[in-house]
Order: sequence, then structure tokens, then C-alpha cells
Amino acid sequence: MSSDLTNVFAAKMLPQRELFSPGHRACQGCAPALAMRYMLKALGPDTIVCNSTGCIEIISSSYPESAWGVPWIHVAFENSAAVAAGVEAGLKAMMRKGRIPERRITVVGQAGDGGTMDIGIQAISGALERGHDMIYLCYDNEAYMNTGIQRSSGTPWGAATTTSPAGTQSFGQHTWKKNLAEIAVAHHIPYVATACVSYPFDFMEKMKKAAAARGPALVHVFAPCPTGWRCPSNLAIRLGRLAVQTAAFPLYEVVDGKYRITQNVPHLKPLELYLKPQGRYRHLTDDLIAELQQKLRERYAALVAKAEASQE
Amino acid sequence: MGTRKGMEVSIGIAEAAMMADVDVVSAYPITPQTHVVEHLSELVADGVLDAEFVPVESEHSAMSACCGSVAAGARTFTATSSQGLALMHEILFIASGMRLPMVMAVANRSLSAPISIWNDHGDVMANRDTGWIQVFVENGQEAFDHIIWSYRVAEDHGVLLPIMVNFDGFILSHVVEPIEVWSPEEVKQFLPPYDPPYRLDVDNPWTFGPVGIPDIYLETRAAHNEALIDSQKVMEKAWDELHEVVGRKYAALECYKTDDADIVFLTMGGISETCMTSVDQMRDQGKKVGVIRLRMWRPFPFAEVAKELGGRKVVLAVDRCLSTGGPGGPVASEIKAALYHLDKRPHVVEFIAGLGGRDVTIGNFMEMYDKGAAVAAGAALPPYELVGVRE
Repeated sequence: MSSDLTNVFAAKMLPQRELFSPGHRACQGCAPALAMRYMLKALGPDTIVCNSTGCIEIISSSYPESAWGVPWIHVAFENSAAVAAGVEAGLKAMMRKGRIPERRITVVGQAGDGGTMDIGIQAISGALERGHDMIYLCYDNEAYMNTGIQRSSGTPWGAATTTSPAGTQSFGQHTWKKNLAEIAVAHHIPYVATACVSYPFDFMEKMKKAAAARGPALVHVFAPCPTGWRCPSNLAIRLGRLAVQTAAFPLYEVVDGKYRITQNVPHLKPLELYLKPQGRYRHLTDDLIAELQQKLRERYAALVAKAEASQE
Repeated sequence: MGTRKGMEVSIGIAEAAMMADVDVVSAYPITPQTHVVEHLSELVADGVLDAEFVPVESEHSAMSACCGSVAAGARTFTATSSQGLALMHEILFIASGMRLPMVMAVANRSLSAPISIWNDHGDVMANRDTGWIQVFVENGQEAFDHIIWSYRVAEDHGVLLPIMVNFDGFILSHVVEPIEVWSPEEVKQFLPPYDPPYRLDVDNPWTFGPVGIPDIYLETRAAHNEALIDSQKVMEKAWDELHEVVGRKYAALECYKTDDADIVFLTMGGISETCMTSVDQMRDQGKKVGVIRLRMWRPFPFAEVAKELGGRKVVLAVDRCLSTGGPGGPVASEIKAALYHLDKRPHVVEFIAGLGGRDVTIGNFMEMYDKGAAVAAGAALPPYELVGVRE
């Protein structure tokens, strides 16, 4: 990575131009919509976005309106990685054959957590394995929000959704959130990162690094959904920050296999600070919260150990 | 002037895609399509064809990547068969609905279960209403010509639709036939470079595939339907131009010995040649019989079918697919729909032949004729027959 990519950002230094326009139909406090805005501030106009079906697709593209100031394509739900691979291959061939001028164009395939970790995982694995020069972005709001808050494999343990409800015999989602970044790392691609909309400069820097990488890059951006998480809409940013500070969603990057924690949290905050404002966790007992906190901290410790081992 | 060579039909299809100078080939292997994409990957590996070969992890991704590459402005080719076409099903509607012109060769094969790698038309018939232009070829030359022809039609700005070129698995895909390969000059004369009216262009950004609310969905589908119906004119024009360039004449229907025929077979694909041989033999016996072959399946050539079949006594409709629990064969159903409004309608005697690769012989056609002749002589119209089925 070249050093100019790791400059300290300041809000004033960001491009004024909005390539993801306001006026779209997202809910109040929608963090995935913010992720789109930040992504395009980082990547700029020479970007093509291939979007899966999902919240971002429906809120941004209701004909005859479009929020997109860059070329944008939506084909279906499970295939944005394959569509992006096709776009990348098409551009590459046409540039090589002189049909269009040589130019660095960033191709992004993106989907929510369900479009990524469930129905899209095969196409993503294929695209990463084949080495397309593209970014895959997962905006993770931890359930199928577009269809009405159904659980996905990105829904965290203990969260209640409309298909993993809490009940007398259930504490909600009883499976562990799929580790997308590790799945990407297993493909030996040049760049993998987790990010969070509450840390916009960190996220934008990671998108720039992902764009600069030659070959596939995957960025997993945590994006709270007040509607689906059953919390006030002004809490999205605060919850994103708390998710990082409690190790519910640690921020790190893996460059050519080397781990680096990009937001160190030497003193993790109590998990309940993150869980309590969210209706999806309101059924959790103190014992369950303690169990979840312990699991998250074990995982965070393992990540820290990986990062330390990478420095050796 | 082209050169006549003996080659496997699958290789011929790959060579035709190469001559069309495709930019992207995205495909997943499935029998009996494999030789097409194997040969294309060899041509890319040897630098004969300058294209990106994208060896995707599924047919679903193959069709998805094709959508992406066409939207980017690249000339795109793929090929599949059977279960692979079934897996593409979802994206086929989107490729046509988004008006993304690409060409796909389909080596027709039966669908599971039971799993069968052998030929029939079950795969394509399940995708009849996907909004693609669909043609059926009967020999290697026609297959070769129609790959190049398809780009000419699909990319026409009045069409902008994807095209399926159907060729029978094994029966056609794996046989060696004499094929006249076009000269580069002929290809250049016939097929202009792809000039997409819209593409994913960072200097002129478009939104592709937006949400169609109830206010606009209907109009979009109507426009698509109209474009598909109107594509027949462009297809015919391109056939005329192909005739001028390489001297072979094609049309929506192919009529063989039908001028005075009271009884005609109606066929699609490779069995048509067996049918013609049987017609030759029956003609020697003095029977007034001919063959009409449908080349064009979508859009359906209603006017031509009504014109050619309308005056006959009996049509022997030979389907290669069974509409399970339905009226019999899909082709026969449409033939009847095309004839229904006529004052004088022929009897349509329906046969479903060659499912899952069951051989269809000259003898079978002879027996079909006899049944049709009985109906012509006043016998009751029998229900559709699964040719050769053991009770």
C-alpha cells in the first residue's frame, strides 16, 4: 500500500460531491445508506457499483429516480459478485482490445449480510478465488431487513428477529455470526478489512486500500439498522461505536495475510452498554449476556493474538 | 469465400464465436456443452482469441457474469445445457428484461429426474417464456452461421435482446460435419462491431436494473414483448444479408417437399433431417408428405405457421418435450394456437418423441405418417402419443 493512502482524514478534506444523493427512501438513521455515501466519497466517480437485491437497492433505485451518480447495476439477489466479475472482465477485455481507453476503474460488488453470507456466498467465493480486480463490499445490518427483519447467518447470537424470535423455549438466534472476513482471508486475497460506519475515516481509508489492491478485496462494513434492531433512529452511530468498543464487531484489516487491528480497544466496555438500547436483545438475561460477552472477548483475544503474531 | 472443413459441431460453434470476436466468455462445464467452452478456452490460451475467459463456479454465476460484461459493453458468449440452463433460469428473465444482448448456445438435453445426459428439448421448453429470442438449428453449418447471425440480430439497436441458439446435445454437438467456415472478410461485412447504446460508463453514468413499481412494470414488460415480436423483422433482414454474404438462405420455417403435401410433419432441431430422409422414402412410395421445420421458436412465427400449415389435411406435430400433466407437447400447443382462428384447420396429430435420448428412427416417422393418414381418412383423432413408450 502506498503511504498517501494512510493520510489522516479530516471532514473538510473529503470531496463535497455527493455521488450517493440524498432524497433516497431509506429509513431514518439508516447506516447502510451512510456506508454508500462514504464509500463513494472514498472511491470517487471512476467507480461502477454492482448491487444485489436488498435494502440499498430498493431505497436508491425506484424508477424513474436514482440516487446513484456512478454507473450502477442491479441484476438479482445472490449474484452481485458474479455480475461485478463480469463487469471487470468486460472492461479488461475492451481496454486490452482498444475498444475503450485504458483507465483505472473500480468495480464494486455489494450486498447486505444475507445477500453476502447466505445466498451470495458461492458467487463471492468464486469471484475471490478467480482473482478478479474488484472490491466486494458487505454492508452488514445483521438480518434481512428489506423483507422484514428475518435472521441471516450474519445475525448475532442472542438477537431476536422475525424468524429467530425469542420465546419460552428460545433466546432468539442460537447460532454464531458467520465470520465473513475469515472466509475471505482463506481465499488468500490481497486485502480484507472490517469497518464500521461509526468510524467513517477508517472505513474510507479501507475502501481506498481495497481499490488500490491489485486483485480481489473484501470489506465488511458494520452498519446498524435502527428499524431492525428496534432502537431509536438517532442511535445508529453510537451503537456502531459501542459494537467496536465491546468487541461485538472488532475493526481490523488483513493485508496479504497480515493482520492488523485498526481500532485498538485495550479496555473493552461492558457488552450490556451495547445490548441494552436494542429491542432485539431485550429478552436476554444477565446470564446470557455474560455468556455472550465471554465468547466475544475470547474471539477478540484470538484476533489480538493473530495481529501480534503478524508483527513478529 | 469460406473454407469447407470437417469439424465437430461444438468446435464449429466455438470457432464461430471466435470469428465474432467475442470479448468475454463466461461458462460452467456441463455435458454435452463442454466441447464448446473447452475449445474457446484453448483459443484464448493460445492467443487466437483475445477475450476474457471467466471460468465461473456455477451456471447461475455464468449468466450473471454475462449480464455484467454485456452491461459493461463487451460482446459476450456462453453455452450451457439441461440442469445448467435450469440453474440460470432466474437470471435469463433479467438478461432479457434488462435488454442485454448476448448469445448462448444451448446443447439441448433432458432434465432430471432421473438424471440423463441425453438429448431432448425439456431444458429449453422450461425456459420458453424467459423473453429471449430462441432459434433451433438442425446441422453444423446452420449452428455455425447462427452464432454469427445471432450477434448481428441481438445487438441491433431495435432489438437488444439475448439469443439462445439451440442445438441437439450429442446428436448434433458431438458429430463431425462439413462446415463452411466464413472468411474474416465475410464476417466483417456481415457483423459490425458491438456499439451498445447504453453501457456502464463512468463518464456517462446510467442506472441499470432499477425497481419497477406497479406504475411502470407493466409498460416495461409490454415494451419487452413488443421488441421481441418486432425482432422477427430484424431476424429476417439478417437472414437476407447472410444469404448475400455467404449464399445460404434461412427463414423462420423450413419447408421440405411440402408443395403438394396433404400431410406434413412439424419438427424442430436435429431430428428434422431423419424426418426428411423418411419423407424421401415415403415420397418414393407415392405418399404426399413433407416436413416443415420451425427454426424460429421465439418470437413465434404465427403468420408463417398459419400460412404453411393452414391448408393441410393433417399436421404431424413431433415434440421433443412433454408438458407433464398438460396438453402434451409445447410445440403442438402453439401450433394449434396459431391455427385456431382459421376457418379451415388441419387435424393436429401429436407425438412426443425422443425423450431423454430415445432414438427416433425412420420407422418411427413412417408409423406416425400411417396414424396421420388414418385421421385424414376419417379416423378419430387420437390423444397425444409418447413414441415408443413401453407399457
